[in-house]
This record gives sequence, structure tokens and C-alpha cells, in this order.
Amino acid sequence: MTWDVFRRNRMALAGLVILVGFGVMALLAPLLVDRSALSAVDAVDQPVWDSPSTDFVFGTDHLGRSVAAQFVWGSRVSLFVGLAATVLTTAIGSIVGIVAGFYGRWIDSVLMRLTDWFLVIPFLPLAIVLAAVLGRSIWIIIAVIGLTSWPSTARLVRAQVLTIRERLFVDRARALGASQGHLIRRHILPNAMPLILANTTLAVPIAILTETTLSFLGLGDPNQPSWGRSLEQAFGAGAIGRDAWWHYLPAGLGIVAVVLAFTMCGRALEEILDPRLAERR
Amino acid sequence: MSLLELRDLSITYHTGRGAIRTDVPAVRSLDLTLEPGDTLGLAGESGCGKSTVASAILRLLPASATVTGEILLGGENVLEMSPGRLRAVRWAEAAVVFQGALHSLNPVQRVGAQITEAILLHEPVTQAEADRRVVELFEQVGLPPSRVRDYPHQLSGGQRQRVLIALALACDPQLLIADEPTTALDVMVQAQILDLLADLQRERGMAVIFITHDLSVLRSTCERLAVMYAGQIVEQGPSAEVFADPTHPYTRALAAAFPTIGDPASRMAPSGLGGDPPDPSNLPTGCSFHPRCPVAIDACRTQTVSLRTVGPERQAACLLVTPS
Repeated sequence: MTWDVFRRNRMALAGLVILVGFGVMALLAPLLVDRSALSAVDAVDQPVWDSPSTDFVFGTDHLGRSVAAQFVWGSRVSLFVGLAATVLTTAIGSIVGIVAGFYGRWIDSVLMRLTDWFLVIPFLPLAIVLAAVLGRSIWIIIAVIGLTSWPSTARLVRAQVLTIRERLFVDRARALGASQGHLIRRHILPNAMPLILANTTLAVPIAILTETTLSFLGLGDPNQPSWGRSLEQAFGAGAIGRDAWWHYLPAGLGIVAVVLAFTMCGRALEEILDPRLAERR
Repeated sequence: MSLLELRDLSITYHTGRGAIRTDVPAVRSLDLTLEPGDTLGLAGESGCGKSTVASAILRLLPASATVTGEILLGGENVLEMSPGRLRAVRWAEAAVVFQGALHSLNPVQRVGAQITEAILLHEPVTQAEADRRVVELFEQVGLPPSRVRDYPHQLSGGQRQRVLIALALACDPQLLIADEPTTALDVMVQAQILDLLADLQRERGMAVIFITHDLSVLRSTCERLAVMYAGQIVEQGPSAEVFADPTHPYTRALAAAFPTIGDPASRMAPSGLGGDPPDPSNLPTGCSFHPRCPVAIDACRTQTVSLRTVGPERQAACLLVTPS
């Protein structure tokens, strides 16, 4: 039934096809292209700034490396960082939001002041400082994105929980003899889930774009190719001035396609999880 | 031992803070006893405290309410139970059919699952056994078992009310509190739901408290009737007698508000009750009904009055009735 609703939504299906395509590419990267194609040392005898040809589908960069190989391997890091950071930020944000909204009183006050505090920290300087202090690795990037972007999720979820906990069916469940944990699991969370999921589909693109930003600023892991790093290197090597469009376009379009596909799938998921929305179509 | 005994129950809501803080006494020293198998109707205008009493029995009142007195459910004081004991007692010993059938069901959970939830919370049975009992309950309340997998929004108002009744019966409670079970339903469906409740009450021999502002509902369904005004019981007794021969002026006004169909005299002389119910935070002195009472005397303004016996099993709180 769930799948039928999803399938009837053409936009969602298109988004899913794009995501599955990129997902398969990311998972099969080691089979598609050998990792040695990313090495500048191995590429010394290849032509530099070569436009797309049968040898190099997306041409080569300023060091003679295959842009297609960087695109394929870059998708792994971009997707992984985007998803992992989203899981982290959604988990922290939802837990804080639900606990604050459900228990209220001083617990709410303490958690919301903490949220405000994280909310006013300027994101980019913090990310730069953390990356500089802790070193450059994708785990640091995931942690930085996760630790700085949860406050908006927390506020959103808390607002929703505040309206849910006042609804009559929560009183009814309490009259059933349900414990607080049971109320949260069976009644509060399922009713907040459509919002959390809708928020997730917005958070994945933001996380991917943030990873791109950080890599573009040179804070990414130097040993891991990502779409953001491809853009950084294309920019640094002067690809734009040389009209070497094949160097930056694949990574740029890849980011746009993945971000768009997540948004398209998210809308359909929201409808599936909220049976009342699906009925109205 | 009585099934339910309310002793000197007073409930006060606290609203506002600081200087504008006001205390609203919703229920004032109320005494009520219910034996197993009894059907009691609790009637009164909006705001007289009848729903507050219902919520207090399972301690479902918000934290802003102070409850004093005793609520003995099966001899055990509900107000002194530990949280764990309270959770165990809720629904297993007393269950509630809430008003507002749509809003007391979780919109994103199938109706069958909401009933198994109650069973699984209280009894160590398997999911399959609980599912089987839900189908049985659906049959008892006159719903096709195929509807267990529906969401609440897929059911009509009457069907949802039936689901709530099935839910209330899930753990076989000895006491059922039906809080305006038929508001927002049309007259036909209302009659069906009342018949259903009456049948189930007879079959299971459980005690039922009906809460409503609609006296005509109570006449046919309840053996005993208690009329509330401004947080107090002003008259109680066997419902047929209270209807036929009300002693308190408020009950008289309520009973007279229902025209007798086919009687031209009652049609030509509509009687009602002027004025509004008193503001609970600013109650009149003496008998709180005196500003609206057609037969009030000077003493009513100053002298408080409590329930006095006026006949076999009948009590009324009025200075003008002679205790027997």
C-alpha cells in the first residue's frame, strides 16, 4: 500500500530513480574505476586539461587525472557525509525537541536555553576552528555539521510536540495506564514523525551543501575525493578562466541532482506517513 | 464494599499567576457512593463540575488542580496510589468513554491497534490473543471486524464512538465512566449508542456513570440520578422519582425544560430558567442557586445548605424542603 502511494507520485519516483542511480554508483565505485585513477603520480603521462573524449568521458584536470573517476569516487563521500550528518542532527534535534516539549517545565527551559545557545553560534567560524583544531577528516565534518545544525530541528519538533501532547488522545492513552515512555513511543513520536521526516529531507540537502562548502574552503579531508573538493580544485587550478567546463560541471550538477532528488522523495514520504494527507489527494 | 466512594471531594483549579492568581473551586465537598452494577446519571449545566469529577476518579486532572477528600475505588484511595499502582488501576478497574470521539483516537494509528494497546498494557497476553479479543469486542459493539485495520478518519462519528466503547471494555472494567458519550452525534445514532451501552451494562453487570447535560438521556438509561449545580450535588435519588417529583427548584426547572410531546399545556407554557450559572471563582453567599431561584427566601442568601434526606434514598439540598 505504501509503495503504491509512492509509485503513483511521478515526482517521487523520478527522485527515487536518481537517488538509486547515485547510490549504486557510490557503492560500486571500486568496481567502476580503480582508485589509482585519483592519484596525480599515476597520471603524469596523461594529457592535462583534455576535453571529454572516448578515453576520458569527462576529460582530465590540470594534473591529467580523469574527472570521471573523481566524480564517481566523490559521490561516495558526498552522499555518506550528507546522510550521516543528517542522521546525527535529526537524532539530536528530535530527542531534545521531544523531551523538552513533552516534559515541559524546568526541563524545557534548560534544553531550550541550550538550544538558543547553539543557535547563535556562527556556524562557519565554528566549523573552521573545529576543523583546524581537530584535524581534517570526514568524521570531523560529520560531527561539525551534526553538532551545529540540530537546534532548528529541536525547536521545530518541540513546537509540534507541544500541540500533540495537549490532544485528547494523549489524555486517553494516559487514562489507559500508559507510562510516559509508552506515550512518547506510541503516540507522540508517530504523530511528530511526518514533520521529522519532512525536516530530514530538507536536512540532507543542507548537509550535502555544507560538506561542499567546507571542502570548497579547503577544510575537507585531503585524502578523500568529494564533489566539494573537485569544485575547490577546479577553482584553484583556474578551470573557469580556461573554459574547462568539464572539470567543474559534473560535480556541480551531481550536487544539484542529489539535493533535488531528496526533496522530491521527501514530499511523497510525508504523504505516506500521514494517512490523512494521502486521502486528500 | 462499595465500588466507588467519593468522600468530601473538593477540586480547585488554580489559574493565573502572582497578583491575578485566582482559585476556581470546581467541585465542593461532594459525597457519592456507587455499588457494583449501579447506573448513575450525573447531570448539570456546562461548568457545574461533572466532567471534573469524572477525570478525578482516575486522577487525570491537570497539575493545576488541587484535589482534597477521598476517592475510594474498590476500597483503595486513588489519591494516595503510587504511580505504578495508578497505571495498573487505570482502565483495568475503571475505564472512560470520552466525549469527542474523533479527538480521543490517535489519527496515525489503526483503531484495532489502539485497542490491543490497552489489552497489552494490562494483561500478559500475546499479540495474536489481543487481536482475537479486539475482533470479539468489535462484534459486541456492532462493528464489522474488517474495520480493525481502518484509521479513525475512515470511520463515521457513530462508528468512532463504538470504537471508543470497545476500547473502554477492552480490559473488562467494573466501572465505566461515560462522559457525554453522545454529544456531536445525531439523534438516531445517539439512541443506538445509548441502547448499546445499556445492553453491554446488563450483560456485563458493570457499574456505569453517565455524565450529560441532557436529562432525557438519563431518564431511560440510569437507575439513579444526581443533579449537580456549581460543584455540588443538589438532588439525588432514583431517576424515575426525581423526574416525576423533583424537590429542588433547580431540578424542577431542568425537568420542566423538556416539553412533553402531545401535551398542549406544556407547549403553550414554555418554562425555563433565567440567568447564567454562577462564576465558580465568585460564588454567591448562602445557597449558590439563590440568585436564579424562583422561590428563594431571605435565609437562602445567608445560610449554607447541605444534602438532607427527603424520602427513601432521596436527598436534596434546599432549605425549603422538609427533611423526612
